[in-house]
Amino acid sequence: MSHHRGFYLLTFVAVVLPLAFPDNYFVTVVGVTAALHAILAVSLNLLMGYAGQISLGHAGFFGIGAYVSAILTTRYGWNPWPAIIAGLGLTCVIAFTLARPILRLKGHYLAMATLGLGIIINIVLVQAGDFTGGPDGLGEIPTLSLFGWQVDSDLRWYIVIVSVLLLVVWLALNIINSRSGRALRALHGSEVAAEMMGINTTATKTGVFVLAAMIASMAGSLFAYQQAFVSPDSFSFFFSIELVTMVVLGGMASTYGAIMGAIILTFLPEFLVVFEDFEVMIFGAILMLMMIFLPQGLFVGLRNLLRRIVAGRRSAAEAAEPEESGRDAA
Amino acid sequence: MFDQILQFVLTGITVGATYALVALGFAIIYNASDAVNFSQGEFVMLGAMGTIAFSAGNGLPLWLAAVCAVLVVICVGMMLQRFAIAPARGASVVTTIIITIGASIFLRGVALLLWGKDIFGMPHFSGEQPIKIGEATLLPQNLWVMGGAAVLVLGVHYFFNHTTNGKAILACSYNRTAAHLVGINVSMMMLIAYGLSALLGSLAGILVAPITFTSYDAGVMLGLKGFSAAILGGFGNPMGAVAGGLLLGLIESLTAGLISSGYKDAIGFIILLLVLFFKPSGIFGKASAERV
Amino acid sequence: MTLLKVSGLSKSFGGVTAISDLDFEVPRDQVYSVIGPNGAGKTTLFNMLSGIYRPDEGKIRFLDNEIVGRQPHKVAELGVSRTFQNLQMFFNMSVLDNVKVGCHLRTKSRLWNTALRLPGTRREERQAELWARESLHFCDLEQYLQRDAGALPYGVLKRLEIARALAAAPQLLLMDEPAAGLNDTETKQMRRLIRRISEAGITVLLVEHNMGLVMEVSDRILVIDYGSRLAEGSPAEIQNNPRVIEAYLGGEVEYAV
Repeated sequence: MSHHRGFYLLTFVAVVLPLAFPDNYFVTVVGVTAALHAILAVSLNLLMGYAGQISLGHAGFFGIGAYVSAILTTRYGWNPWPAIIAGLGLTCVIAFTLARPILRLKGHYLAMATLGLGIIINIVLVQAGDFTGGPDGLGEIPTLSLFGWQVDSDLRWYIVIVSVLLLVVWLALNIINSRSGRALRALHGSEVAAEMMGINTTATKTGVFVLAAMIASMAGSLFAYQQAFVSPDSFSFFFSIELVTMVVLGGMASTYGAIMGAIILTFLPEFLVVFEDFEVMIFGAILMLMMIFLPQGLFVGLRNLLRRIVAGRRSAAEAAEPEESGRDAA
Repeated sequence: MFDQILQFVLTGITVGATYALVALGFAIIYNASDAVNFSQGEFVMLGAMGTIAFSAGNGLPLWLAAVCAVLVVICVGMMLQRFAIAPARGASVVTTIIITIGASIFLRGVALLLWGKDIFGMPHFSGEQPIKIGEATLLPQNLWVMGGAAVLVLGVHYFFNHTTNGKAILACSYNRTAAHLVGINVSMMMLIAYGLSALLGSLAGILVAPITFTSYDAGVMLGLKGFSAAILGGFGNPMGAVAGGLLLGLIESLTAGLISSGYKDAIGFIILLLVLFFKPSGIFGKASAERV
Repeated sequence: MTLLKVSGLSKSFGGVTAISDLDFEVPRDQVYSVIGPNGAGKTTLFNMLSGIYRPDEGKIRFLDNEIVGRQPHKVAELGVSRTFQNLQMFFNMSVLDNVKVGCHLRTKSRLWNTALRLPGTRREERQAELWARESLHFCDLEQYLQRDAGALPYGVLKRLEIARALAAAPQLLLMDEPAAGLNDTETKQMRRLIRRISEAGITVLLVEHNMGLVMEVSDRILVIDYGSRLAEGSPAEIQNNPRVIEAYLGGEVEYAV
């Protein structure tokens, strides 16, 4: 099965990279951020790419997970692990409550509703200073430790976050290639037909919305521990757009595409540092050009290109062979 | 207490007038092409920033700078339509949304490149002598905003209801093919619609910049709130958009004054969510049924 | 034995009456066709039978269950499946996946089971694949197995929608204009397919404009006009019914002397 091969390849690369380049900034620092973004992108991809529900507020759930973990550990002395669960719980409640009214909407209305949700969360993070530390954020967040194994180095964070990424990808692939995945894609393809095939579209949409939100929340908690600091700036509308860009860049209904999009968009600013002033402009240009010329995303676009090249070579080879005796008996 | 409320109302109407113009811009483009232009707010920002840029130092007199800026923004709007929206016609809703979001980021990036992150002010059009109404004060600029907005709204209303081009644009939105067949140059109408939207946005920006100042990212929130206002008033209904804008401005101002100024921005989006949850067609829109 | 019993069904949209006080019964194991001039309310009827619209008045009884008030996916659970007048294909999926969606009700893995790939899920996947292939074979679509739904000709897509609906192993299949847009050869194929479906023990409720097909394939026909019942009977009875002739051709036919 092709998706298994992709997963093994991904695991292989993920394991080999730090072994080959143990002190490389790009692997252990940027790579970890890219992996974190990839977790978010894969979850958003399930919602947007497979189920077809646009969400411009995904950073909001990322923020809820981060802040719940930050607040519980710094202000109330909680152990980091249950704080993650608490974040998941709150996210689950909020996402579940809002899922039904929000997912009744479609197109621009859905986009605006999710956008509004993300912005409201962000404003609350900024304004509820007593809890959240306001615009200056919260610091001195403790780190995770697993039976005494403290996650206190770049390499250890690489191990934790990349492991989580692999787990999330595994879950996503399992869902996609199953009855549930087909139900998601069916409701994207034609809601009324999906209903007539017995798919409870409302419950399915709610389920994937809550799942994506909870994955984002977990990523947020990890982010909080890794950075040891959170501020509302990391959970803004702009970041939600960045996440959408990653999904779109890689290719909407493609888990690997989402990972690719996350990697590209995390590494790009590193290389564009020279062009820092142009960064925003280039980002906007990329978005526009991608959606105008390659709306199905890089992953699918590249794959089609490769297919055409292979097919082209094959037919060129056939044409170059001397003609066999195709004319036998008269 | 009453005077306080009066003050908030006056501020609210001023802000609301700006939202109304932005919302009207959204409505026009949506009516013409079924697309939501998320870079509407950037038209506002570019109008103001452009005017400041043209009149900076030993530049043009303010009025001429404003005219030039508006013309530039109209060109930007038309180019957006021609090079970003038109090539992607027939694309899914998500695609079009992301294209215009990309355009908004791009324009912001250009502004950042040209003018950095500084905040800029613009001289008031007719002085800063406050006008007293009871215990509340009004700046002459407030009157410029309200008056300017009123004139523009009436102009747009006239354009759509009493001119051939205006009606042609509406025809394109009802049925593009039929509009083609009766001889309407649909591409041209699209350009005009975007140009008109850009005109409204840039003028809104110029009118309000003396009061609110401006910077490279001033358009973001404005665009989002303008869109909320358009939905609040009934998306696609131009006069509804205007009403929505005024209403949003009032509610925001009253919230800021009476409850908390920190959450002022949130109230607009909370209202947006409530409207989308309970009556997506907005205050003045009709609930529509879909044919299966 | 009656499979479906409709009584007193009415539905209006705004001021327009689509269906007015409609009664009819569909016997088991028959091909029951509903015909009528355009705008007579046939698709509205289907939408009410599938739970997509809620009637203003009336009852729809399927076996021992009341359909009115149920969500479409619940109606499907009862054993009703349908095809659509405007093709509702899942163009974002392959042919096989499309039909596998039809098997949704015959499998039961939930989101969590599939995410963790618990043992039962793999068995179900294999089962769904088998059922889907059977359905494709039944509709003569095996040659398209490897294709994407997006790249197929219209006639094939119409049959694919049927294959998908059949994969649910329904007791009642609602077919909304299956022959629309088909040429003669394809229409003949469709006729044979409908008869095969009926012989397999599935009751078919058919809406169709192609009179030739209707007369050849139906056991009973219901004629509706302006949302109400005009006539009901066997094909022969309907063909000779003067009121039906009048509704379709309008007024008396004058013969030249």
